[in-house]
Amino acid sequence: MADKGHFSFDGVQLPFLQGQTILQAAADAGHYIPHLCYRPEFPPHGSCKLCSVKANGKFTSACFEPVTEGMKVESETPEIQGYRKRVVQMLFAEGNHYCPFCQQSGNCKLQAVAYHLGMEDTHYAHQYPRRQLDASHPDAMIDYDRCILCELCVRASRDVDHKQVFGVAGRGIEARLLVNSPSGLLGDSRFSITDAAAQVCPVGAIVPKKAAFAVPIGQRRYDTHDIGEELACPPSENKGD
Amino acid sequence: MNAPVEHPPRLKVATCSLAGCFGCHMSFLDVDERIVDLAQIVTFDRTPLTDIKHCSEHVDVGLIEGGLCNVENVEVLREFRAHCRYIVAVGSCAITGGVPAVRNKFSLESCLREAYIEAPGIENPHIPHDAEIPLLLNKVRPIHEVVRVDYVLPGCPPPADAFWELLSALVEGREPQLAYENRRFD
Repeated sequence: MADKGHFSFDGVQLPFLQGQTILQAAADAGHYIPHLCYRPEFPPHGSCKLCSVKANGKFTSACFEPVTEGMKVESETPEIQGYRKRVVQMLFAEGNHYCPFCQQSGNCKLQAVAYHLGMEDTHYAHQYPRRQLDASHPDAMIDYDRCILCELCVRASRDVDHKQVFGVAGRGIEARLLVNSPSGLLGDSRFSITDAAAQVCPVGAIVPKKAAFAVPIGQRRYDTHDIGEELACPPSENKGD
Repeated sequence: MNAPVEHPPRLKVATCSLAGCFGCHMSFLDVDERIVDLAQIVTFDRTPLTDIKHCSEHVDVGLIEGGLCNVENVEVLREFRAHCRYIVAVGSCAITGGVPAVRNKFSLESCLREAYIEAPGIENPHIPHDAEIPLLLNKVRPIHEVVRVDYVLPGCPPPADAFWELLSALVEGREPQLAYENRRFD
Protein backbone atom coordinates (compact mmCIF):
# COMPACT_ATOMS: atom_id res chain seq x y z
CA MET A 1 0.00 0.00 0.00
CA ALA A 2 1.27 3.40 -0.96
CA ASP A 3 2.40 5.75 1.78
CA LYS A 4 0.04 8.50 2.77
CA GLY A 5 0.97 12.07 3.47
CA HIS A 6 -0.50 15.53 3.58
CA PHE A 7 0.01 18.71 1.62
CA SER A 8 -1.49 22.17 1.70
CA PHE A 9 -3.85 23.10 -1.15
CA ASP A 10 -4.93 26.75 -1.07
CA GLY A 11 -4.45 26.61 2.70
CA VAL A 12 -6.44 23.38 3.15
CA GLN A 13 -4.69 20.21 4.32
CA LEU A 14 -5.31 17.41 1.80
CA PRO A 15 -4.15 13.78 1.89
CA PHE A 16 -2.12 12.25 -0.94
CA LEU A 17 -0.69 8.86 -1.87
CA GLN A 18 2.99 8.55 -2.61
CA GLY A 19 3.61 9.09 -6.32
CA GLN A 20 0.41 11.03 -7.00
CA THR A 21 0.59 14.24 -8.99
CA ILE A 22 -0.87 17.45 -7.58
CA LEU A 23 -3.78 17.20 -10.04
CA GLN A 24 -4.60 13.59 -9.05
CA ALA A 25 -4.40 14.26 -5.32
CA ALA A 26 -6.50 17.41 -5.61
CA ALA A 27 -9.11 15.61 -7.75
CA ASP A 28 -9.30 12.71 -5.28
CA ALA A 29 -10.02 15.24 -2.54
CA GLY A 30 -12.74 16.87 -4.68
CA HIS A 31 -10.81 19.94 -5.78
CA TYR A 32 -10.94 21.00 -9.42
CA ILE A 33 -7.85 22.28 -11.17
CA PRO A 34 -8.61 23.55 -14.71
CA HIS A 35 -7.16 21.35 -17.45
CA LEU A 36 -7.72 20.48 -21.12
CA CYS A 37 -5.00 18.03 -22.24
CA TYR A 38 -5.22 15.80 -19.16
CA ARG A 39 -7.42 12.73 -18.81
CA PRO A 40 -6.85 10.25 -15.99
CA GLU A 41 -6.61 7.23 -18.32
CA PHE A 42 -3.65 8.66 -20.25
CA PRO A 43 -0.16 9.74 -19.25
CA PRO A 44 -0.01 13.51 -18.69
CA HIS A 45 0.87 15.64 -21.69
CA GLY A 46 1.65 19.11 -20.35
CA SER A 47 0.69 21.17 -23.40
CA CYS A 48 -2.33 23.19 -22.29
CA LYS A 49 -0.68 24.68 -19.17
CA LEU A 50 -4.09 25.35 -17.64
CA CYS A 51 -3.32 23.22 -14.60
CA SER A 52 -0.41 25.48 -13.70
CA VAL A 53 -0.15 25.98 -9.95
CA LYS A 54 2.46 27.36 -7.62
CA ALA A 55 4.13 24.57 -5.66
CA ASN A 56 6.33 25.86 -2.86
CA GLY A 57 6.33 29.23 -4.64
CA LYS A 58 7.28 27.98 -8.11
CA PHE A 59 5.04 27.70 -11.16
CA THR A 60 4.62 24.10 -12.30
CA SER A 61 2.12 21.88 -14.12
CA ALA A 62 -0.11 20.07 -11.64
CA CYS A 63 -0.60 17.18 -14.09
CA PHE A 64 3.15 16.36 -13.97
CA GLU A 65 4.39 17.50 -10.58
CA PRO A 66 4.42 14.81 -7.86
CA VAL A 67 3.16 15.87 -4.46
CA THR A 68 5.71 15.85 -1.68
CA GLU A 69 5.10 15.82 2.06
CA GLY A 70 4.15 19.25 3.36
CA MET A 71 4.15 20.81 -0.10
CA LYS A 72 2.40 24.18 -0.24
CA VAL A 73 0.25 24.43 -3.38
CA GLU A 74 -1.54 27.59 -4.54
CA SER A 75 -4.19 27.17 -7.23
CA GLU A 76 -7.20 29.48 -6.97
CA THR A 77 -5.32 32.72 -6.35
CA PRO A 78 -6.17 35.77 -8.49
CA GLU A 79 -2.65 35.64 -9.95
CA ILE A 80 -2.92 32.03 -11.12
CA GLN A 81 -6.54 32.31 -12.29
CA GLY A 82 -5.58 35.43 -14.27
CA TYR A 83 -2.66 33.57 -15.82
CA ARG A 84 -4.95 30.67 -16.79
CA LYS A 85 -7.44 33.08 -18.34
CA ARG A 86 -4.70 34.53 -20.54
CA VAL A 87 -3.78 31.00 -21.68
CA VAL A 88 -7.39 30.29 -22.69
CA GLN A 89 -7.58 33.65 -24.48
CA MET A 90 -4.45 32.66 -26.43
CA LEU A 91 -6.12 29.41 -27.50
CA PHE A 92 -9.23 31.31 -28.63
CA ALA A 93 -7.27 33.96 -30.57
CA GLU A 94 -5.04 31.32 -32.16
CA GLY A 95 -7.86 29.30 -33.75
CA ASN A 96 -11.24 30.01 -35.27
CA HIS A 97 -13.53 29.40 -32.32
CA TYR A 98 -16.88 30.51 -33.67
CA CYS A 99 -18.99 29.17 -30.82
CA PRO A 100 -22.25 30.56 -32.29
CA PHE A 101 -22.34 27.86 -34.97
CA CYS A 102 -20.03 25.19 -33.55
CA GLN A 103 -21.81 21.92 -32.86
CA GLN A 104 -19.75 21.41 -29.70
CA SER A 105 -20.96 24.65 -28.14
CA GLY A 106 -22.35 23.90 -24.69
CA ASN A 107 -20.41 20.62 -24.52
CA CYS A 108 -16.94 22.01 -25.22
CA LYS A 109 -14.29 21.92 -22.52
CA LEU A 110 -12.38 24.89 -23.90
CA GLN A 111 -15.53 27.00 -23.78
CA ALA A 112 -16.45 25.61 -20.34
CA VAL A 113 -13.02 26.39 -18.91
CA ALA A 114 -13.33 29.91 -20.34
CA TYR A 115 -16.69 30.28 -18.58
CA HIS A 116 -15.18 28.88 -15.37
CA LEU A 117 -12.35 31.40 -15.44
CA GLY A 118 -14.70 34.30 -16.10
CA MET A 119 -13.30 34.95 -19.56
CA GLU A 120 -15.47 37.41 -21.48
CA ASP A 121 -13.27 38.57 -24.36
CA THR A 122 -10.31 37.19 -26.30
CA HIS A 123 -7.87 40.02 -25.47
CA TYR A 124 -5.33 39.16 -28.19
CA ALA A 125 -5.28 39.91 -31.93
CA HIS A 126 -6.87 36.99 -33.77
CA GLN A 127 -4.74 34.79 -36.02
CA TYR A 128 -7.60 33.63 -38.30
CA PRO A 129 -5.81 30.49 -39.54
CA ARG A 130 -6.74 29.09 -42.95
CA ARG A 131 -6.54 25.33 -42.65
CA GLN A 132 -8.47 22.94 -44.87
CA LEU A 133 -11.45 21.20 -43.28
CA ASP A 134 -11.40 17.41 -43.68
CA ALA A 135 -14.86 15.95 -44.34
CA SER A 136 -13.59 12.88 -46.22
CA HIS A 137 -14.68 10.33 -43.60
CA PRO A 138 -18.31 9.13 -43.73
CA ASP A 139 -18.84 9.35 -39.94
CA ALA A 140 -16.63 12.16 -38.67
CA MET A 141 -14.99 15.38 -39.77
CA ILE A 142 -12.02 17.43 -38.61
CA ASP A 143 -12.01 21.21 -38.34
CA TYR A 144 -8.30 21.86 -37.83
CA ASP A 145 -8.95 25.51 -36.95
CA ARG A 146 -10.53 24.42 -33.66
CA CYS A 147 -7.75 21.98 -32.67
CA ILE A 148 -5.86 22.95 -29.51
CA LEU A 149 -3.11 20.30 -29.94
CA CYS A 150 -3.91 18.50 -26.69
CA GLU A 151 -2.96 15.24 -28.45
CA LEU A 152 -5.69 13.28 -26.66
CA CYS A 153 -6.68 11.79 -30.03
CA VAL A 154 -3.02 10.97 -30.71
CA ARG A 155 -2.71 9.16 -27.38
CA ALA A 156 -6.09 7.40 -27.68
CA SER A 157 -5.40 6.17 -31.21
CA ARG A 158 -1.92 4.97 -30.30
CA ASP A 159 -2.47 3.53 -26.81
CA VAL A 160 -6.11 2.34 -26.87
CA ASP A 161 -7.06 1.76 -30.51
CA HIS A 162 -3.51 0.70 -31.53
CA LYS A 163 -4.00 2.40 -34.90
CA GLN A 164 -1.75 5.48 -34.74
CA VAL A 165 -4.14 7.48 -36.91
CA PHE A 166 -3.09 10.88 -35.57
CA GLY A 167 0.13 12.78 -35.08
CA VAL A 168 1.29 16.35 -34.63
CA ALA A 169 3.81 17.85 -37.05
CA GLY A 170 5.29 21.25 -37.78
CA ARG A 171 7.01 23.74 -35.53
CA GLY A 172 5.85 26.75 -33.54
CA ILE A 173 2.59 28.31 -34.68
CA GLU A 174 2.71 26.00 -37.74
CA ALA A 175 2.30 22.90 -35.54
CA ARG A 176 -0.87 21.06 -36.47
CA LEU A 177 -2.67 17.76 -36.25
CA LEU A 178 -1.95 15.31 -39.07
CA VAL A 179 -3.76 12.16 -40.17
CA ASN A 180 -1.65 9.10 -40.86
CA SER A 181 -2.91 8.01 -44.29
CA PRO A 182 -1.37 8.13 -47.77
CA SER A 183 -3.50 11.12 -48.76
CA GLY A 184 -3.49 12.73 -45.32
CA LEU A 185 -7.29 12.46 -45.30
CA LEU A 186 -9.27 10.90 -42.47
CA GLY A 187 -11.42 8.96 -44.93
CA ASP A 188 -8.32 7.11 -46.17
CA SER A 189 -7.11 6.22 -42.65
CA ARG A 190 -8.03 3.31 -40.36
CA PHE A 191 -10.11 5.69 -38.20
CA SER A 192 -13.52 4.43 -37.09
CA ILE A 193 -16.26 6.35 -35.27
CA THR A 194 -16.21 3.64 -32.58
CA ASP A 195 -12.53 4.31 -31.82
CA ALA A 196 -11.53 5.77 -28.48
CA ALA A 197 -9.87 8.53 -30.51
CA ALA A 198 -13.31 9.56 -31.79
CA GLN A 199 -14.53 10.24 -28.25
CA VAL A 200 -11.75 12.19 -26.57
CA CYS A 201 -11.54 15.51 -28.45
CA PRO A 202 -12.34 18.14 -25.78
CA VAL A 203 -13.26 20.77 -28.39
CA GLY A 204 -15.05 20.81 -31.76
CA ALA A 205 -12.06 19.66 -33.84
CA ILE A 206 -12.92 15.96 -34.34
CA VAL A 207 -16.71 15.78 -34.42
CA PRO A 208 -19.21 13.12 -35.52
CA LYS A 209 -21.26 13.76 -38.62
CA LYS A 210 -25.07 13.77 -38.60
CA ALA A 211 -25.12 14.27 -34.82
CA ALA A 212 -24.96 18.06 -34.65
CA PHE A 213 -27.37 20.24 -32.65
CA ALA A 214 -29.26 17.23 -31.28
CA VAL A 215 -29.33 18.50 -27.70
CA PRO A 216 -31.62 21.47 -26.98
CA ILE A 217 -30.03 24.63 -25.64
CA GLY A 218 -30.42 24.56 -21.88
CA GLN A 219 -29.76 20.81 -21.68
CA ARG A 220 -26.19 20.80 -22.94
CA ARG A 221 -23.45 19.78 -20.55
CA TYR A 222 -22.24 23.22 -19.48
CA ASP A 223 -25.42 25.25 -19.99
CA THR A 224 -26.24 25.37 -16.33
CA HIS A 225 -23.30 23.95 -14.42
CA ASP A 226 -19.71 25.03 -14.18
CA ILE A 227 -17.02 22.59 -15.30
CA GLY A 228 -15.40 23.09 -11.90
CA GLU A 229 -18.23 21.12 -10.31
CA GLU A 230 -17.27 17.99 -12.24
CA LEU A 231 -14.15 16.93 -10.41
CA ALA A 232 -15.86 17.66 -7.13
CA CYS A 233 -17.56 14.27 -7.41
CA PRO A 234 -15.90 11.04 -6.20
CA PRO A 235 -13.01 10.09 -8.50
CA SER A 236 -14.41 6.58 -9.06
CA GLU A 237 -17.43 8.10 -10.80
CA ASN A 238 -15.34 10.52 -12.76
CA LYS A 239 -13.52 9.78 -15.95
CA GLY A 240 -12.19 13.30 -16.19
CA ASP A 241 -14.53 14.58 -18.85
CA MET B 1 -33.99 81.31 -2.66
CA ASN B 2 -35.09 77.87 -3.72
CA ALA B 3 -32.47 75.19 -3.86
CA PRO B 4 -32.02 73.83 -7.39
CA VAL B 5 -34.04 70.68 -8.03
CA GLU B 6 -31.74 67.67 -8.14
CA HIS B 7 -32.37 65.24 -10.97
CA PRO B 8 -30.71 61.85 -10.80
CA PRO B 9 -27.98 61.78 -13.41
CA ARG B 10 -29.14 60.17 -16.61
CA LEU B 11 -26.89 57.89 -18.57
CA LYS B 12 -26.44 58.99 -22.16
CA VAL B 13 -26.26 55.88 -24.33
CA ALA B 14 -25.29 55.64 -27.99
CA THR B 15 -25.41 52.41 -29.98
CA CYS B 16 -24.43 51.26 -33.45
CA SER B 17 -24.25 48.17 -35.59
CA LEU B 18 -21.05 47.79 -37.62
CA ALA B 19 -20.60 44.40 -39.33
CA GLY B 20 -23.50 43.17 -37.22
CA CYS B 21 -26.86 41.56 -37.90
CA PHE B 22 -28.88 43.81 -35.55
CA GLY B 23 -29.49 40.72 -33.42
CA CYS B 24 -27.71 42.33 -30.46
CA HIS B 25 -30.02 45.35 -30.72
CA MET B 26 -33.00 42.98 -30.82
CA SER B 27 -31.69 41.21 -27.73
CA PHE B 28 -31.28 44.59 -26.03
CA LEU B 29 -34.97 45.27 -26.78
CA ASP B 30 -35.74 41.88 -25.22
CA VAL B 31 -35.60 43.68 -21.86
CA ASP B 32 -39.29 44.10 -22.87
CA GLU B 33 -41.32 46.23 -20.47
CA ARG B 34 -38.22 47.07 -18.49
CA ILE B 35 -37.47 49.51 -21.29
CA VAL B 36 -39.94 51.81 -19.52
CA ASP B 37 -37.74 51.72 -16.43
CA LEU B 38 -34.71 52.13 -18.64
CA ALA B 39 -36.20 55.27 -20.18
CA GLN B 40 -36.18 56.79 -16.66
CA ILE B 41 -32.44 56.44 -16.28
CA VAL B 42 -31.13 56.49 -19.84
CA THR B 43 -31.18 59.01 -22.68
CA PHE B 44 -30.51 57.66 -26.13
CA ASP B 45 -28.06 59.55 -28.29
CA ARG B 46 -26.94 58.36 -31.72
CA THR B 47 -28.46 54.91 -32.25
CA PRO B 48 -30.46 53.12 -34.95
CA LEU B 49 -33.41 53.60 -32.54
CA THR B 50 -33.27 57.41 -32.87
CA ASP B 51 -32.80 59.82 -35.75
CA ILE B 52 -29.58 61.33 -34.39
CA LYS B 53 -26.86 61.20 -37.04
CA HIS B 54 -23.74 61.74 -34.93
CA CYS B 55 -22.65 61.31 -31.34
CA SER B 56 -23.06 64.27 -28.98
CA GLU B 57 -19.95 65.80 -27.50
CA HIS B 58 -20.15 63.74 -24.31
CA VAL B 59 -21.76 60.30 -24.30
CA ASP B 60 -21.51 57.97 -21.32
CA VAL B 61 -21.83 54.57 -22.93
CA GLY B 62 -21.34 53.43 -26.53
CA LEU B 63 -22.71 49.97 -27.24
CA ILE B 64 -20.98 48.58 -30.34
CA GLU B 65 -22.49 45.61 -32.15
CA GLY B 66 -20.61 43.90 -35.00
CA GLY B 67 -17.00 43.66 -36.03
CA LEU B 68 -15.20 45.79 -38.60
CA CYS B 69 -15.68 44.82 -42.24
CA ASN B 70 -15.31 48.12 -44.12
CA VAL B 71 -13.77 51.58 -43.80
CA GLU B 72 -17.03 53.20 -42.74
CA ASN B 73 -17.20 50.79 -39.78
CA VAL B 74 -13.76 52.02 -38.69
CA GLU B 75 -14.81 55.66 -39.05
CA VAL B 76 -17.99 55.12 -36.99
CA LEU B 77 -16.10 53.19 -34.33
CA ARG B 78 -13.54 55.99 -34.01
CA GLU B 79 -16.34 58.56 -33.66
CA PHE B 80 -17.82 56.49 -30.84
CA ARG B 81 -14.45 56.13 -29.13
CA ALA B 82 -13.85 59.87 -29.37
CA HIS B 83 -17.18 60.75 -27.75
CA CYS B 84 -18.02 57.90 -25.38
CA ARG B 85 -16.63 57.51 -21.90
CA TYR B 86 -17.13 53.75 -22.01
CA ILE B 87 -17.05 51.60 -25.13
CA VAL B 88 -18.78 48.25 -24.82
CA ALA B 89 -18.04 45.45 -27.30
CA VAL B 90 -21.46 43.81 -27.62
CA GLY B 91 -21.73 40.28 -28.96
CA SER B 92 -19.42 37.75 -30.58
CA CYS B 93 -18.86 39.84 -33.73
CA ALA B 94 -17.53 42.88 -31.88
CA ILE B 95 -15.41 40.65 -29.63
CA THR B 96 -13.95 38.10 -32.08
CA GLY B 97 -15.13 39.16 -35.56
CA GLY B 98 -17.82 36.51 -35.23
CA VAL B 99 -19.52 34.61 -38.02
CA PRO B 100 -18.70 37.34 -40.63
CA ALA B 101 -15.01 36.64 -39.95
CA VAL B 102 -15.46 33.26 -41.62
CA ARG B 103 -14.76 35.21 -44.79
CA ASN B 104 -11.19 35.65 -43.53
CA LYS B 105 -10.68 32.12 -44.85
CA PHE B 106 -10.88 33.50 -48.38
CA SER B 107 -9.31 36.38 -50.24
CA LEU B 108 -11.44 39.52 -50.49
CA GLU B 109 -11.24 39.32 -54.26
CA SER B 110 -12.61 35.78 -54.37
CA CYS B 111 -15.51 36.80 -52.08
CA LEU B 112 -16.43 39.74 -54.34
CA ARG B 113 -16.08 37.65 -57.51
CA GLU B 114 -18.30 34.94 -56.04
CA ALA B 115 -20.99 37.42 -54.96
CA TYR B 116 -21.07 39.79 -57.93
CA ILE B 117 -19.65 37.92 -60.93
CA GLU B 118 -19.64 34.14 -60.66
CA ALA B 119 -22.79 33.36 -58.68
CA PRO B 120 -25.64 31.95 -60.81
CA GLY B 121 -28.34 34.35 -62.00
CA ILE B 122 -26.23 37.52 -61.93
CA GLU B 123 -27.18 40.21 -64.44
CA ASN B 124 -24.66 42.86 -65.50
CA PRO B 125 -21.85 41.17 -63.55
CA HIS B 126 -19.39 43.67 -62.10
CA ILE B 127 -17.93 44.45 -58.71
CA PRO B 128 -19.52 47.68 -57.38
CA HIS B 129 -16.99 50.49 -57.20
CA ASP B 130 -18.93 53.73 -56.65
CA ALA B 131 -17.12 56.19 -54.36
CA GLU B 132 -20.20 56.25 -52.07
CA ILE B 133 -19.76 52.60 -51.24
CA PRO B 134 -17.28 52.02 -48.40
CA LEU B 135 -14.39 49.78 -49.36
CA LEU B 136 -14.21 46.42 -47.64
CA LEU B 137 -11.29 45.62 -45.34
CA ASN B 138 -9.20 42.65 -46.42
CA LYS B 139 -10.24 40.88 -43.21
CA VAL B 140 -13.06 41.23 -40.71
CA ARG B 141 -11.64 42.38 -37.36
CA PRO B 142 -12.86 42.58 -33.77
CA ILE B 143 -13.17 46.15 -32.50
CA HIS B 144 -10.49 45.79 -29.82
CA GLU B 145 -7.88 45.62 -32.59
CA VAL B 146 -8.71 49.26 -33.51
CA VAL B 147 -9.88 51.03 -30.33
CA ARG B 148 -9.66 50.49 -26.59
CA VAL B 149 -12.64 48.61 -25.20
CA ASP B 150 -13.86 49.14 -21.63
CA TYR B 151 -16.52 46.44 -21.22
CA VAL B 152 -17.74 43.42 -23.16
CA LEU B 153 -21.04 41.59 -23.35
CA PRO B 154 -20.31 38.14 -24.79
CA GLY B 155 -22.92 36.10 -26.63
CA CYS B 156 -24.48 35.72 -30.05
CA PRO B 157 -26.46 37.63 -28.99
CA PRO B 158 -25.88 38.49 -25.32
CA PRO B 159 -29.01 37.82 -23.23
CA ALA B 160 -31.27 40.80 -22.45
CA ASP B 161 -30.38 40.36 -18.78
CA ALA B 162 -26.72 41.00 -19.62
CA PHE B 163 -27.62 44.40 -21.15
CA TRP B 164 -29.77 45.11 -18.12
CA GLU B 165 -26.98 44.26 -15.69
CA LEU B 166 -24.41 46.35 -17.58
CA LEU B 167 -26.55 49.51 -17.75
CA SER B 168 -27.88 49.12 -14.19
CA ALA B 169 -24.34 48.76 -12.89
CA LEU B 170 -23.10 51.82 -14.77
CA VAL B 171 -26.05 53.90 -13.54
CA GLU B 172 -25.40 52.76 -9.98
CA GLY B 173 -21.68 53.38 -10.34
CA ARG B 174 -20.56 49.80 -9.70
CA GLU B 175 -18.73 47.18 -11.78
CA PRO B 176 -21.03 44.95 -13.89
CA GLN B 177 -21.15 41.31 -12.75
CA LEU B 178 -22.45 38.85 -15.33
CA ALA B 179 -23.94 35.68 -13.84
CA TYR B 180 -22.89 32.31 -15.35
CA GLU B 181 -25.99 32.05 -17.56
CA ASN B 182 -25.51 35.61 -18.85
CA ARG B 183 -21.91 35.00 -19.88
CA ARG B 184 -22.06 32.75 -22.92
CA PHE B 185 -20.39 32.72 -26.31
CA ASP B 186 -23.19 31.22 -28.42
